[in-house]
Amino acid sequence: MTSRAELTLGYVILGVFSLIALLPVAGIVFTALQDPDGFASFGSIDGLHFSNFTTAWEEANFGTYLRNSVFVAVIVVSVSSVLSILAGYAFGLMRFRGSTLLFYVFLLGLMVPMEAIIVPLYYEMRDSWKLQNTYWAIILPQIATSVAFGTFWMRTYFRSVPRSLVEAARLDGASSWFTLWRVLLPLAKPAVLTMGVLLFMWTWNEFLLVLVMITDDGKLTAPLGLSVFQGRNTSDLTLMAAGSVIVALPVIVVYVFLQRHFIRGMLSGAVKG
Amino acid sequence: VTVAAAPFEAAEATREGSPGDRPPGEPRLVGYLYVLPAFVVFACFVLYPLGEALWFSLWEWNGLPNSPATWVGVDNYTDVFTDEELRSAFAHALILLIFYAVLPILIGLLLAGVMARARVRGLAFFRTILFLPQVIAMVVVAVMWKMIYDPENGALNRFLGWFGIEGKSWLGDFSLALPSVGLIGTWVYFGLAMVLLTAGVQKIPPSLYDAARVDGAGPFREFLAVTLPGLRGEIAVALTLTTIYALRNFDLVYITTQGGPGDSTTVPAFQVFSRAFESSQVGSAAAVGVTLTVVIFLISFMINRVAERST
Repeated sequence: MTSRAELTLGYVILGVFSLIALLPVAGIVFTALQDPDGFASFGSIDGLHFSNFTTAWEEANFGTYLRNSVFVAVIVVSVSSVLSILAGYAFGLMRFRGSTLLFYVFLLGLMVPMEAIIVPLYYEMRDSWKLQNTYWAIILPQIATSVAFGTFWMRTYFRSVPRSLVEAARLDGASSWFTLWRVLLPLAKPAVLTMGVLLFMWTWNEFLLVLVMITDDGKLTAPLGLSVFQGRNTSDLTLMAAGSVIVALPVIVVYVFLQRHFIRGMLSGAVKG
Repeated sequence: VTVAAAPFEAAEATREGSPGDRPPGEPRLVGYLYVLPAFVVFACFVLYPLGEALWFSLWEWNGLPNSPATWVGVDNYTDVFTDEELRSAFAHALILLIFYAVLPILIGLLLAGVMARARVRGLAFFRTILFLPQVIAMVVVAVMWKMIYDPENGALNRFLGWFGIEGKSWLGDFSLALPSVGLIGTWVYFGLAMVLLTAGVQKIPPSLYDAARVDGAGPFREFLAVTLPGLRGEIAVALTLTTIYALRNFDLVYITTQGGPGDSTTVPAFQVFSRAFESSQVGSAAAVGVTLTVVIFLISFMINRVAERST
């Protein structure tokens, strides 16, 4: 068995690094609660001034940014989930000519970073599709990159489904559509939920695409709102911290409630283009 | 099955073509219908722009709607190797690999080595905390660390002040800026490596450790002979993920340093942005983006090949 000393050392390492992970986060929360009229400095506490959040929400526009982010995330996550379930179902449980090749094309999408496609995307959106500065310009490309991941994820799930289940449904005369939604999907809830939280986090935190496509302040998503705000008001530490907390909070709340899904997804090595 | 290693693993599986892997039933044309909607969106907004990026990268164009483009062939790609700014961008990306990938994995290995034969209790609790930095938007992480690194009023300089150490301009100094940005990456990803490797080490059969002990192996030998080989798969996953994050790092550089001071923290992803949208070198930006994709692909492929071969 391990010696006591080794075990203690292990917990010390875990403790120290947990502290390192937590301290900056605690620091920004404390900063967000500082007296807005006092001398602000990162990580110190001089009372609990929740009014900073109201100011950030109303005057610094974070309310609008957050609403935009929710709107974009809901559409991207729901549409790409449905498309991924459909495609993953076909790749996982059906045989059709060229399915392997077609699946590899989707896998390619996992490796392509946004940086590689952002330049042509911008000029297409601006010159051909005339979608620059609209929500479409950030929703459509994000559905496309999400679908590459989602199709892979759902295919892996559908491959693990017991064959007998699908064959039994088929012998009973169920259509492929009925089999998917009524027989398989109720069992697929955990897989779909894991995919959903990962897509939500990636969509919420997307930066480059929005930076390039959206110039209208009223249409910015939360991370971009924060970026613009910190570019304009470098000195207003408390308000910047409050804005940061507002931007990060929705994902953290989902993380706290569904952490097993987040961690399982991320430990499995999930990446998105 | 890991997603990062997926393209390579999936290729292996089909080559072997085990019958159990086949989907049930007869061939179904309806499969195309199910794939169609996803494929259309994917083709329009990933495949088509990717092809266009290849095409753009062979031209010199300033990005204005009515201005002509000049054919330059592979010149934009030779620039990647000869242009001072681009060369340093790719060199910086490789240095950042040490901070994003190597350091977190070393920290993870340290913990895994110590905890090798222990049943870790409460790992779930630590896991929740250690994963937290990864779910926070990179913009928030960047704003947070800018405040910590701030030369006037930053938490780091105040902390060092307690020990009588003189503060520095962490992000403003030519030689300190890149490691300072890199350490932010370490902060974000060490939790991933720690959790992945500690979970992995718990799956190594204790009999292997007993055998090593009978053979008279000390703790260090034991680590090299049992723990490290046993963690090969987990190390490959951690390395692939952190490498991809390191190479794609844009938000962090954009917020903290804008590539500065000088070019000291510029990275390929930042060059794509600044060339395409600030300095009117659209062709070159596309070429950098394509090169970055190829580098990401090659490195992930190599990592997974090495991990596979030594199995």
